Amino acid sequence: MYKYDEYDQAIVDARVEEFRDQCNRRLSGEMTEDQFKPLRLMNGLYLQLHAYMLRVAVPYGTLDSRQMHMLAHIARKYDRGYGHFTTRQNLQYNWIKLDDAADILAELATVEMHAIQTSGNCIRNISADQYAGAAADEVADPRPYAELLRQWSTFHPEFLLLPRKFKIAVIGADEDRAAMKLHDIGLKLVRNAAGALGFEVYVGGGQGRTPMVAPLIREFLPADDLVSYLEACLRVYNRYGRRDNLYKARIKILVHEIGADEYRRQVEEEYLHVKTLGLDPPAAELERIAAMFALPPLDPNAPGEIERSDPDFALWLDQQVVDHKVPGHAIVTISLKPTGGIPGDASADQIDAMAKLAQVFSHDELRVTHAQNIVLPHVRKADLYAIWTRLEETGLATPNLDLVTDIIACPGLDYCALANARSIPLAQKITERFANLDRQRDLGEVKLKISGCINACGHHHAGHIGILGVDRKGEENYQLSFGGSGAEDASVGKIIGPGFSEDGVVDAVEKALETYRGIRVEGERFLDTYRRVGPEPFKAAIYEKAPA
Amino acid sequence: MKLVTGNDLVSGDVIWWTGSGWSRFIADAVDSGTEGEAIGKREEAALRVNGPYVVEAADGPFAPVPLHIKERIRASGPTVRTDLGVQAEKQH
Ligand code: SF4
Repeated sequence: MYKYDEYDQAIVDARVEEFRDQCNRRLSGEMTEDQFKPLRLMNGLYLQLHAYMLRVAVPYGTLDSRQMHMLAHIARKYDRGYGHFTTRQNLQYNWIKLDDAADILAELATVEMHAIQTSGNCIRNISADQYAGAAADEVADPRPYAELLRQWSTFHPEFLLLPRKFKIAVIGADEDRAAMKLHDIGLKLVRNAAGALGFEVYVGGGQGRTPMVAPLIREFLPADDLVSYLEACLRVYNRYGRRDNLYKARIKILVHEIGADEYRRQVEEEYLHVKTLGLDPPAAELERIAAMFALPPLDPNAPGEIERSDPDFALWLDQQVVDHKVPGHAIVTISLKPTGGIPGDASADQIDAMAKLAQVFSHDELRVTHAQNIVLPHVRKADLYAIWTRLEETGLATPNLDLVTDIIACPGLDYCALANARSIPLAQKITERFANLDRQRDLGEVKLKISGCINACGHHHAGHIGILGVDRKGEENYQLSFGGSGAEDASVGKIIGPGFSEDGVVDAVEKALETYRGIRVEGERFLDTYRRVGPEPFKAAIYEKAPA
Repeated sequence: MKLVTGNDLVSGDVIWWTGSGWSRFIADAVDSGTEGEAIGKREEAALRVNGPYVVEAADGPFAPVPLHIKERIRASGPTVRTDLGVQAEKQH
C-alpha cells in the first residue's frame, strides 16, 4: 500500500481547510451556488435527488482496513449507515449535510483519503485491475504506475480545466478486468521482445452518448517514459478538444474526428518536445513508490488443499475464489449483489466486517472492483473456510461472481439528479427472477449492466446484456442491447429493438437467455453465441407476437 | 398546479414552498400560480432554499402529485429504500 509522505499529507490537509472555508462562505451567503458549485464538485460534493452526495476517492481501488473502517464510521456518523461502491472503484454517500462535509474530509484525511479528482473536468481518480499484484497472469503490478500518475495528475495546473473529464485505467495482465479500452486512456503493461517493461497505450475509448473502444496509439512505450507520453497525450487533447460542444468534448471525439493516425502523429511530435522537459521521475522515485506495493510475505509452501465437504462452501469457492500467483494462496471476491439487493451497497456493519477480514486474513488489503464488488487479494487457502463462514454471517457470501445476477447498476433515478429512469429496481427484479443458483450457473458468464441515463455510469454499452433507462414522455422506458464487452475483447453493445417497460425488460432478458440456452454450442458464453449467430434469434424470441 | 421546490442549503433536504415558508412534506406545498420563479429567486437570495425551480403537479387525495416521476421520487425518497427519506417518517 502506498503511504503518504509529508507532501501528500500537507496537500490533503490544506485542501480540507480550504474547503471548510469555502463551505462557510457558502453557508453565510458570501458565495452564491453558482460560485460554490465548481468548488464543491472539486471536493467530490454533488447535490443529488435527496441530499448532497459525497464521492470518496479510492485510488486504483486499493485500500487498507483502517481506511475501510473509516468509511464505515462516516456512514454511521454522518450518513444513513451505508455506502455505495461505484463503477469508478470509489464510494458514495447519499445523505450528506453541507455543514458536515469539511469534517468528513478531515476525518478521511486522517487515514490518507480524500475526495479529490472525483468530479470536474480534470484527470479523475485512476482505476486499475482489482487483482493487481496478486494475479497469476500479470506481467507486473500496475499500481506503482497508477500511483505515479496520481501524483502527476493531482492538481496538475495545466489539466485542471480540460474540455471534459478524463479517465485513465491501468492493467498489468492479458485479461482485462478494468474495462481499460473503454477509458480516455487505457494502459496495459507488457514486455517487449527484449524483456523490457513498457505500455500499450490506448487513447479515445469511452462510454456515454458516443461509446467507443479506444484504438492503440502506441504499441510499446518504455515504462520510464510514461509521464512524458501522457503529458503529450493530454496536451494535444487540451489544445484541440471540442470545448464548444459538451457532447463532443471527450477525447474520443477528437481521436475519432482527426483519426487515430493523425492524433498519434501529433502526440509523438509533442512528446519529442515534452521529453526534453525532464518530467519523468528518477528511477529512485519509482522504486520508492514500487517498494510500497511489494507483495506481502506469503509462504509459497502454505497448504494448497481445501476441504470441500460443505456444499455451500464449495459453491462459493468455485464462484468467488481464484488462484493467487503464490501457491497456497487465493484471491477472494466478496459479492455485493445479494438477491433483491442494491448492487454495490454495503451497510456500515458489512464494511466493518470486510475491513476486519482484510486485517486478519488478507495482509490488511482490500480492493474495490469496477463491477461494484470487494476483493481480498492475499488470502491463504487454508483460511478460506473461516472467511466464508464470516461472510455468511454478514450476508456477504452470495456466490454469483460474473453470473447473470452479478449486475452492475448505477444509482439511477432513485438517487441521481441526471437520471431518466431507475436502475436499481430492475437489478432487483432480475436477481429475483434468476435467484435459482443452478439456473445461473447453467447460464454461465453473463455480464448484465444497467444505466439510468446515457451517461452510462452503469457501463450498459459494455454489457453482454446492457439496459439503458430512457424517459419516454415522462415514463421510464428501457432499451435493451446485446454484445457489449468491457474485457480484452472489448466491444460496444447494439440495441436490439424497441424499448420496454420495467417488467417487460425483465421478461425480455429471460427470453434472450432461454434462446441462448437453446442454441448455444459447447463452451459458448451468451456473448459468444450472440457474436456467432447475431441478433435475429434473440429478436424473434423477444418480440414474437403472442398467438391470437 | 405549479409547485416551487429546491433543496435546503444546509441539509440538502428536498423542500417545498408552503406559501409562507418551506416544508419537507409535499402535502404542505401550495400552488404558486405565476409567482413561482419570483418566489424562488427571493428565497434563494435569503439562503432559505438552494436551486429553486417550478414543477408541474396535479391535485392528489392527500397531497399534490408531481407529474414527473423524478419529482415524485424527490417528494418521497428512494423507491428502493422506503426506510429512508420523508416516506419513512409519519406525515403530520
Ligand atoms: S448513468 Fe446517468 S443515471 Fe446513472 S449514475 Fe450516471 S448520470 Fe446518474
